[in-house]
Amino acid sequence: MKYFKFVLSFVLTIGIFFALNTKFGSIPPIGKFLNPYSGVWQNETNESTTGEITILGLTDKVTVHYDAQLIPHVFAQNDLDLYRAQGYLTAKHRLWQMEFQTYASAGRLSEIIGEGALNYDRQERRRGMVFGAEQTIKKMSEDVKTMAIAEAYADGVNSYINQLDPKDYPVEYKLLDYKPEAWSPNKTALLLMYMTKMLAGGDEDIENTNALRLFGKERFDLLFPDFFDITDPIIPKETDWSFVDVPQTPTPISYIVLDSIAETIDKPDPNYGSNNWAISGEKSTSGHPILANDPHLGLNLPSIWFVMQLSTPTHNAFGATLPGALAVISGFNQYIAWGETNATRDVIDWYKIEFNADRTKYKYNNQWKDVTIRVEDIKIKGKVSYKDSVLYTHHGPVVYDKNFKSDKELAGYAMQWAGHIPGNGQKTFLELNKAKNYDDYANALKYWVAPAQNFVFASTEGDIALWIQGMFPNKWEGQGKFVMDGSKSENDWQSFIPQPFNAHTKNPERGFVSSANQHPVDEAYPYFVFNDGYETYRNRVINDFFNSKEKFSIQDFKDLQNNNYNLKAAELMPFMLEVMDTSKFTLEEKEIYNLAKAWQYNNDMTEVGPSIWSAWWTILYDMVWDEFNVENTAMDSPFTYQTIYLLKTKGDDAFMDIMDTPETETAKDLFRLSFSKAVLRLSEWKAENGDFNWVNYKGTFAGHLLQGLPAFSRFDIPIGGGKNIVNATSENWGPSWRMIVEMTSPPTGLGIYPGGQSGNPGSKYYDNFIDDWAAGKYHTLNFLQSSEATNAIIGTQILIPSN
Amino acid sequence: MKANTTNFIVTIVLAIILSLFLPWWSVMVAALASAIFVPLKRAAVFFAPFLAILLFWVVYSFILSSGNDYTLAKRIAILLPLGGNPYVLMLVTGLVGGLAAGISAVFGKQLSLMLKKQ
Repeated sequence: MKYFKFVLSFVLTIGIFFALNTKFGSIPPIGKFLNPYSGVWQNETNESTTGEITILGLTDKVTVHYDAQLIPHVFAQNDLDLYRAQGYLTAKHRLWQMEFQTYASAGRLSEIIGEGALNYDRQERRRGMVFGAEQTIKKMSEDVKTMAIAEAYADGVNSYINQLDPKDYPVEYKLLDYKPEAWSPNKTALLLMYMTKMLAGGDEDIENTNALRLFGKERFDLLFPDFFDITDPIIPKETDWSFVDVPQTPTPISYIVLDSIAETIDKPDPNYGSNNWAISGEKSTSGHPILANDPHLGLNLPSIWFVMQLSTPTHNAFGATLPGALAVISGFNQYIAWGETNATRDVIDWYKIEFNADRTKYKYNNQWKDVTIRVEDIKIKGKVSYKDSVLYTHHGPVVYDKNFKSDKELAGYAMQWAGHIPGNGQKTFLELNKAKNYDDYANALKYWVAPAQNFVFASTEGDIALWIQGMFPNKWEGQGKFVMDGSKSENDWQSFIPQPFNAHTKNPERGFVSSANQHPVDEAYPYFVFNDGYETYRNRVINDFFNSKEKFSIQDFKDLQNNNYNLKAAELMPFMLEVMDTSKFTLEEKEIYNLAKAWQYNNDMTEVGPSIWSAWWTILYDMVWDEFNVENTAMDSPFTYQTIYLLKTKGDDAFMDIMDTPETETAKDLFRLSFSKAVLRLSEWKAENGDFNWVNYKGTFAGHLLQGLPAFSRFDIPIGGGKNIVNATSENWGPSWRMIVEMTSPPTGLGIYPGGQSGNPGSKYYDNFIDDWAAGKYHTLNFLQSSEATNAIIGTQILIPSN
Repeated sequence: MKANTTNFIVTIVLAIILSLFLPWWSVMVAALASAIFVPLKRAAVFFAPFLAILLFWVVYSFILSSGNDYTLAKRIAILLPLGGNPYVLMLVTGLVGGLAAGISAVFGKQLSLMLKKQ
């Protein structure tokens, strides 16, 4: 009996230890996680903003002033110290996020989360994310200075990591039961790839190919025209292109590969976009140019942005940084201000590859060319690694083959992507941070390859400009809209548009520059550009606004960034309300109809009109494009603008018919049918959730980066706006950073973002900007002119070199 | 009764000291050791260290959390899920520590009985 009790109690003791020290599924190791001396209770703390910290490798003292928003104002004596401090401080506030994003980029989530992430990881590896980061590092290493700075940044991050005890690890590490690894310039390159994928990782070639095969060329061109009937491009229409002396690639005789592909890899949310604009001094009430930028990205916590002031005796920059990347990305210095929007362009093309019998060679110009094999070793938590062999051609990785989303034994589809071109994009930002005038800005941009961006610019000298910068293939007419034959050299990218011929405008006559992800140029631009899902609403609202009066103030800028006018609804809904058959309305339908009629097309929080529109449009859109719902075929329905255009002008087209019904429907019928369904959906919603005011119906939230963990997220954020609206706040994406800079000397900056400076959910600085951001308020950015603390400073930390 | 109190205090003191060197399972070592050196009888073998560590962990987590307006505790109490109540989270924390301590104390008791016998 004694032995029995002894053994039993021993087993129980081992058992309880094991149970409390092990992670089960998503349940953290509960003893490790909850104990007060190394578990989450240790994260129940705010940031320290005072004291001295010794940092290995610093050459001089670095002063860090924190203001009430927890923005660090960094004063270093030289560049290397500055970026070492940036690395250290970013890690101090955002370590988990910056590391997690690079894991996501590198297809390494299985290492943390387990087998559930394997498909995601394979997809990212096959997309060539790690390959692309390697190209970036290759190019970056050619520039000794940039590389030294990237290494100083990495060392700064590592100084922070090395001084951590397990009890100090950010809470997410404890939740997932792993620990931070060393940072390196590779991780910076991976972060840049993460942004490249987010902003230039989308294309419709395969979907277009399926549509072309199913509907034929004439119908395809009707649905997907290269240009819509209206364009209000980024670069003003009256721009003279006569300086361009390198012609577009001549069009060869090329046949489209009309294959059918069932499924494609994940694409970034096509709704990501951004606004930026700048007005000249003549258009500004104060006489100084004013610049604004608001990148629309996923609303996440921790926020994608981290705001900093970064200065040395030779330059002084302020603005939003990306945790993991060097320097300020969207901001200003003493002389210039800059900001970006995404310059969507077709920089991904797909090539059908034909292999030999053992898949070691592929056909090219009637010969066999060697395949390069890259083995991707994917580590999986608690399991043996998964090895995925990805075949590389001169185009790029064969993403789809018999091992991935395809059943063709001896064929595959290779991806050619601008994201794989070696580039030193980091240098663009290092140089922009130091730039003093237009020429410096224009020179800095030359290093930028991908993701192509619309870089807006304003200077205290009074210049405004906008360059659409990226490395763009000089395509022949129509090249890359559909899957191409990879065995024919004429289908390769023949050359790139010479950088000076990238579309740009400086001090245009109209007195303002702007971009909102619309068409970069009109048909007059001498290179092939086609509609790649360009925005057609925000751009017109913005440009109309700046054409509406003589002069504009900071208040006008704030109003415009928060503008909720729904041009899209205004272009279709009055038409639907007018032509729709209203005779057989139910009481409820009549009521909703009247509410819809009363709406003035502003997506304000308290309105019900936007909810009615949203429900109605979503249903109508799917009804129109039921032809695109084809089993085992990857398809993308036509763009919104063209859909509305067809509904209004070709209401009796065969596409309007609902294929499942015996009747032949027209647009008018669809309006009525979708309206009834929308009314039903709204009343169901109301029964479940209460009033369908726009703010409730939209339900904007900022989700935690880790699968939107509700505990670390913010829900029901009180804000209006929506998709295709200047205030682009939708359910889970929107203006992720709003900045306005007036080019006084020194510049006056306003900025806010939906998050907070701290990445710690236990900090009051974790999400403290959200309410002000939602209310359309701005924070004054305290642009310190010297390392002297002003009364805006709440704490000062000194980083000192260790001897 | 006196032994119970002594065991209770020794467990807490040992747990505090060991926590400086060992991870969370230092409470198990502490309870095991105090069970050997301050032997108790029957249910008290379990309950004295159980209550000792429960108290220790509840008080410690309360001190850490109350200084920060329970900001993180409220979130973790949603995550686990405990209705967002930080006090429930403290109690759960205490129960987890107490349970580990109590069980290893029972083992300690059995161990000391075995040793005595030989």
